[in-house]
Amino acid sequence: MELLMASGIGVMMAGGIYLVLRPRSFDVVLGLTLISYAVNLFIFSMGRLTIGAAPIVTEGHTDSLASMADPLPQALVLTAIVIGFAMTALLLVLAVRQHAAGDNDLIDAPAPRDADTPDGPPPP
Amino acid sequence: MNHAPIVPVILPALVAALMLIDRRIGSQRALAWLSVVLMAGCSAWMLVLAADGWRSVYLLGNWAAPWGIVLVADRLSVLMVALTSLLALITLASAQSGWDTRGEHFHPLLQIQLMGLNGAFLTGDLFNLFVFFEALLIASYGLLVHGDGSARIRAGLTTVALNLVGSALFLIGASLLYGVTGTLNFADLALRVSQLDGAGVTLAHTGALLLLTVFCLKAAILPLGFWLPGTYSPAGPAVGALFAVMTKVGIYAVLRLFTLVFGNSAGALAEVAFPWIVLPAAAGYLLAMICTLAGTDLRKLASMLVMASAAFLLIGIGRASETSIAAAVYYLPHTTLSAAALFLVAGLVARSRGERAGDILVAGPAPLSAALVGGLFFLTAMAVAGMPPLGGFIGKVMLLLSMLPDEGLPAAIGTIGWLWFIILAGSLFGLIALARAGSTLFWKSDGPSPADALTVGWREALPALIALAAIAGIAIGSAPLQRYAQATAQDLLQTDALIDEVLTTRPRPGPHQPSPQTFR
Amino acid sequence: MANLLLLLLVSPFAGAMLLAALAARPRPVELTQAIAAEKAQLHRAAWIAAAAAGLSALALLALAPDVMSGTPARARWSWLPALGIGFGLRLDGLALLFCGLIIGIGLLVVLYARYYLSADDRTARFYALLMAFMGAMLGIALADNLIVLAMAWELTSLISFLLIGFWQHRSDARRGARMALTVTGAGGLALLAGLLMLGSIAGSFELDTVLGAGDTVRAHPMYPVCLGLILLGAFTKSAQFPFHFWLPQAMAAPTPASAYLHSATMVKAGIFLLARLYPVLSGTELWFFSVTIAGGITLMIGAWNAIFKHDLKGLLAYSTISQLGLITMLLGLNSPLAAVAALFHLLNHAAFKASLFMAAGIIDHETGTRDMRRINGLWRTMPITAALAIVAAAAMAGVPLLNGFLSKEMFFEEALAVEGSRAVRFLVPAVAALAAALSVAYSARFIHDVFFNGEPVNLPRTPHEPPRFMRVPVEMLVVLCLVVGLAPQLTIGPLLTMGARDMLGGTVPEFSLAIWHGFNEPLLMSLAALIGGGLLYGWLQRQYSLHTNDDDEGAGKRLFDQTMAALVASARRINASIERIGMRTNLFLTVCVAIAAGALPWLIGPSPLDGITTHPFEGIAPVPLALWGIAVAATVASVILARERLPALVTVGALGLVVSLTFVWFSAPDLALTQLLVEVATMLVMMLSLRYLPSRSPRELDDRRKLRDGVIAATAGIGIGVLAWATMLRPASSLSDFFLTRALSEGGGTNATNVIIVDFRGFDTFGESFVMAAAGLVIHDLIARLSLAPVTGPARTGRLAAFEQRYPLMLATTARMLLPFALMVSVYFFLRGHNLPGGGFIAGLITAIVLMLQTVSNGEQALAPGQGSSSSSGSGLARKLSWLHTAIGLGLLIACLTGLGSWLLGYPFLTSSFIHPHLPVVGELPLASAAAFDLGVYLSVVGATVLALAGIGRLARGT
Repeated sequence: MELLMASGIGVMMAGGIYLVLRPRSFDVVLGLTLISYAVNLFIFSMGRLTIGAAPIVTEGHTDSLASMADPLPQALVLTAIVIGFAMTALLLVLAVRQHAAGDNDLIDAPAPRDADTPDGPPPP
Repeated sequence: MNHAPIVPVILPALVAALMLIDRRIGSQRALAWLSVVLMAGCSAWMLVLAADGWRSVYLLGNWAAPWGIVLVADRLSVLMVALTSLLALITLASAQSGWDTRGEHFHPLLQIQLMGLNGAFLTGDLFNLFVFFEALLIASYGLLVHGDGSARIRAGLTTVALNLVGSALFLIGASLLYGVTGTLNFADLALRVSQLDGAGVTLAHTGALLLLTVFCLKAAILPLGFWLPGTYSPAGPAVGALFAVMTKVGIYAVLRLFTLVFGNSAGALAEVAFPWIVLPAAAGYLLAMICTLAGTDLRKLASMLVMASAAFLLIGIGRASETSIAAAVYYLPHTTLSAAALFLVAGLVARSRGERAGDILVAGPAPLSAALVGGLFFLTAMAVAGMPPLGGFIGKVMLLLSMLPDEGLPAAIGTIGWLWFIILAGSLFGLIALARAGSTLFWKSDGPSPADALTVGWREALPALIALAAIAGIAIGSAPLQRYAQATAQDLLQTDALIDEVLTTRPRPGPHQPSPQTFR
Repeated sequence: MANLLLLLLVSPFAGAMLLAALAARPRPVELTQAIAAEKAQLHRAAWIAAAAAGLSALALLALAPDVMSGTPARARWSWLPALGIGFGLRLDGLALLFCGLIIGIGLLVVLYARYYLSADDRTARFYALLMAFMGAMLGIALADNLIVLAMAWELTSLISFLLIGFWQHRSDARRGARMALTVTGAGGLALLAGLLMLGSIAGSFELDTVLGAGDTVRAHPMYPVCLGLILLGAFTKSAQFPFHFWLPQAMAAPTPASAYLHSATMVKAGIFLLARLYPVLSGTELWFFSVTIAGGITLMIGAWNAIFKHDLKGLLAYSTISQLGLITMLLGLNSPLAAVAALFHLLNHAAFKASLFMAAGIIDHETGTRDMRRINGLWRTMPITAALAIVAAAAMAGVPLLNGFLSKEMFFEEALAVEGSRAVRFLVPAVAALAAALSVAYSARFIHDVFFNGEPVNLPRTPHEPPRFMRVPVEMLVVLCLVVGLAPQLTIGPLLTMGARDMLGGTVPEFSLAIWHGFNEPLLMSLAALIGGGLLYGWLQRQYSLHTNDDDEGAGKRLFDQTMAALVASARRINASIERIGMRTNLFLTVCVAIAAGALPWLIGPSPLDGITTHPFEGIAPVPLALWGIAVAATVASVILARERLPALVTVGALGLVVSLTFVWFSAPDLALTQLLVEVATMLVMMLSLRYLPSRSPRELDDRRKLRDGVIAATAGIGIGVLAWATMLRPASSLSDFFLTRALSEGGGTNATNVIIVDFRGFDTFGESFVMAAAGLVIHDLIARLSLAPVTGPARTGRLAAFEQRYPLMLATTARMLLPFALMVSVYFFLRGHNLPGGGFIAGLITAIVLMLQTVSNGEQALAPGQGSSSSSGSGLARKLSWLHTAIGLGLLIACLTGLGSWLLGYPFLTSSFIHPHLPVVGELPLASAAAFDLGVYLSVVGATVLALAGIGRLARGT
């Protein structure tokens, strides 16, 4: 079972990295999404795999890792998922903006000359 | 109950929240000043305390380490926080001139960035460090693309994508360490890492090196630093000034993690990183310094110098002796401030020469109020080039000296010789580049100033003046600062006291009284 | 005494400050006023400078008696004890001589410049630099610590850069300045390294210790390197071969500066350094050969080139080079007497060369040119100046009864007395004689060309005597030359003894300064030189008239220029190649480094799989196997389909579903929920932004690159797989027992994960909500002002177009159905979060997604109650969305305040406290402060997400 998890993570990571290295911004976004899946599963798996024992304690009897999944990695993954989402959205918007500006979606297109970039005086 | 350690984090957070509720620029500016001034005051106070050994462990949520998240205010983190507050002052002063009205959310983003920086410097928890990294990064993207300009958009795209990969690495490394040791608190990690054996060592080692990779990516060390020039040079002067401290976050993380967790007491994993740092750092330093000779405009030059200064610091850190780390710690504030000052002066030059010439290094119209701008540039250049009597020179001397063994000059100095050569050659290149730049910008003028060139008064010059005043302060106070750096280096190399303090600080009896010993 | 020393050093700097302040004052705009103001300022500046220098002079005089009687004046302030750097000053005989030179010539130059400078120069600035330079020079002379010396050294290079470039509009000034700075700066860095080595050999940077450690130093294996570096510093500064070329270029400086820096003082700094460290470094073969040979070559080529210069200052510059070479050579001879001679000639040269420069300045000033082919026969028009210059030049030529003669005598004596192989014993005297002859020749040319040799050739101005006081400094120096030449014993004798004593460390050799030693070889050599030199000049003049040959700038300069050009060119090339490195390469490098970093430990350490006993295929259940299959298939599919955007999107979405199912299977309900919701949100964002990106990308042609990337990707995949596997099979050790046991009793919730998020590790969540907020703001800033037309034309494929026509409708309906229900659900999830899967984030995401579907379908009015108009101009949108900013703000504020609340009770930030009222439906409602915190999170998530997506949604409606 660990093997399945591990190899699954591996496959996703490989696919993600391959896509990240493509020349088009959208591919990169897709790739990063795959990578984030892989990473989230990786973090999760660092708490080892437990079946049918969600870390929800019940009044009265003492629970421990022996009988339950490790809640900490789950908490970490939650944070990671949300942050990943924020970043991905930002990246997408940037990609759109760049496409609008440079009129192509190549990552490494040369930037068009831009009057704003050498900073003149601020507008009155 | 001393809440000082949390103030530099919570203050900008609170202010950012308020800024989103009352979005009038006037009140935003007022709030920003309030926040930054208070922050500076608080960090200055902590600096004074830390100078004579004060250290504070702050248990967030009143949970004992390693279960809760702790903030640790010690000499190093307090120094970094103080530096950040100073740069915040400078950035704010320079943004006041109207830069902050070019986009919608300059001030809240600036505050969030400050929160992220201070949090990253103060936290004692690996994953929490990640969170604050992300906070300061996302804010910095906002500040980077602030005021638009497609060069900035592209720079933003590059940085975001690259840092997303970096974040993935960070998460892998951190969770791997958790998977092996079962903890995330630096101090606790230090203990458990030293007890590892067999495969555990290998896995933890992997985690450590992955984290090193991330930090070097942030610090723009070869071969991971090529993103920096393209990212920093399009940024506005104010933002560039603030960014001068961003690479230092990576430096700080390396220094913290690889002295505390993988430091000299980490058994099989003692000092796993340092052997790998020095060479790339030295190469990167030389490369960046050579590239200053090719700088096409002042901000490119400044970005190259930011790269170089980070590399310079890592040389000192990588040597991992008390004196060399002390040299790095001493040099850090000076080099950060000088880079910031150069970004600001670049802005002033562009202002005083008009849109067309800007800060491009070609003979252009003579800058208006050349005396002031030229003077500022000269002083800044002195600081950047490590000219005496400023701190850069002393820092350089400290680093060079730190490489000599205590019993004096050895019969043959192989590596030391090379490092000395690289450091000195590098600073020579910097000197030449700055001389060329200065003589081109201020001495070689063709024709009168265009209409859009504006004079520079003391008001516009204020941010740069603050920076230079601070630099002068470092030069004047070099003796106490040197003592501080020395003490910091000692702290970093003898971590037992810190680890002990972190793990034995008890929560206050109250809503919940954990009794950790049953879980250790 | 300490105060006097400090005064001696500081008063020039103080003067410089004052003058700088004076220079910073704005000048009147109107021209005549400006000139008047400048005149007044010139006057004021000169007085300030004079006062500053005078103060130093007084301090020096006050200190002199003790020093002469043999007790050096000292003062020491502790500075950086840990580094062995103390701020120490010491004034011994040698320093006294040098300080006297610096201040004396300095005062004369101040007076001279008062008349030399014209009203359109920025005079205050000039004087400020002059004073700053004087201070730095005094620093070199007085430094009692090698590091302090190095600092002063660098400062002099810097200021000389500014002085050479003083007339900035002239390109030769700029180039000369840069060249001087580069050469001397490089030397300075070498010197720094050398001094650091010297200090660490000697065991201290304090001068006394260093001077005492001569034998240790000379015996040390690194002595050659150390010496080499220090000589690099000295030679660059003192324009010794092969670094001499910068000095002629420095002549672009105003003449007072040339007289002061580039003949009298700064170029002597190198020689002073050699004298200062004489007891430590000298006395070895290496010293003899390196110093003597460098000096000898410099002596020769300097003298030879001087003859062929047409520029007055050029001739003087090369003669300076040659004279400096002479002094260096004397120092190299390893004999105490030679050292005395060197010291003597150093002073003499300062006297006659400074006066010559000033005379040259006067001539330049009065005739308007420095070209000796045009200046002729000034004897008639300015006789007094001529007389002065002639005497000085004669001193330079070594004519008897003048000071130059005496030191030359000593030089010959020492040259003859040199020991060593036959070659040495022949070469040294020969060089000495020849050089002396050459010096006579160029002195002769100077005198003959300028003051005689027919009529002036169309001079810009009609020459006449300069103002009275402009000549005074020259007169004083010339008188000095005469007096020293006539009565050496009375005048210079005691000073020389003192200087030599403290330079050589106590022992003064016997030397006599008499004019007449009887007929001996040195005298003969002098006469021979005088006659030979005269003849040589006449011969050269007649043979090929000196005036016609054009003087070249010298190989050194050409070499330097080429080197610099090459350096910059290569820098440009490197820089260009760095700038060409795009993001793809950056990503690639990052991945590669990461792989290397990950692989290294396996190569040097035990395998990560050590001690794993479990069978790899153990416990594989059908469900996970199925999930695994789908996951792999989906991944492969998305990689293959990536070029076709929409299908790729679908497969990626499927993959997300699998991930969340995996979380379900492995008992992480919160993760499953969150993953699911984030998935939906992500998919929406992607679909929306797809409208603005080409829906398909052309096939990549570069197969090699694809292969390369594939290999890298596969390696990384395998790597992380192994890491995960190896770690998962290790026995777990974790903190989490603590969380599980405390979650309820002290965290007040049964859902351990959620309790961790809002309580144990609430600070993570705190930061995280700020990340969300920032993301929302940044995205909003990026697109609020932007209005784009969706990509159309061939780029759109049928499938996507069709989908787009369908989906707004679809979304609209679903959204309408969902809205109320979803809001309820989100409330429910929010409330139960603490005990069962759910919580602020999940609830927030649900709300956000639904609101967002509304936006996408109905436009942002859905978000802006009571706004009928659909004008979607940026500002309009911004106005409509403003309540979202407030929501974010409120959310964050609540989070902060709940955290801060615990301060009132005296607890750290984010300490939670709670009560549990019982409610229907929801069950036990945990009114923990954590819940309030969660509310804050909820609000900020909703605000940020919707703010971000509303913008995209607006775009999606193609406005």
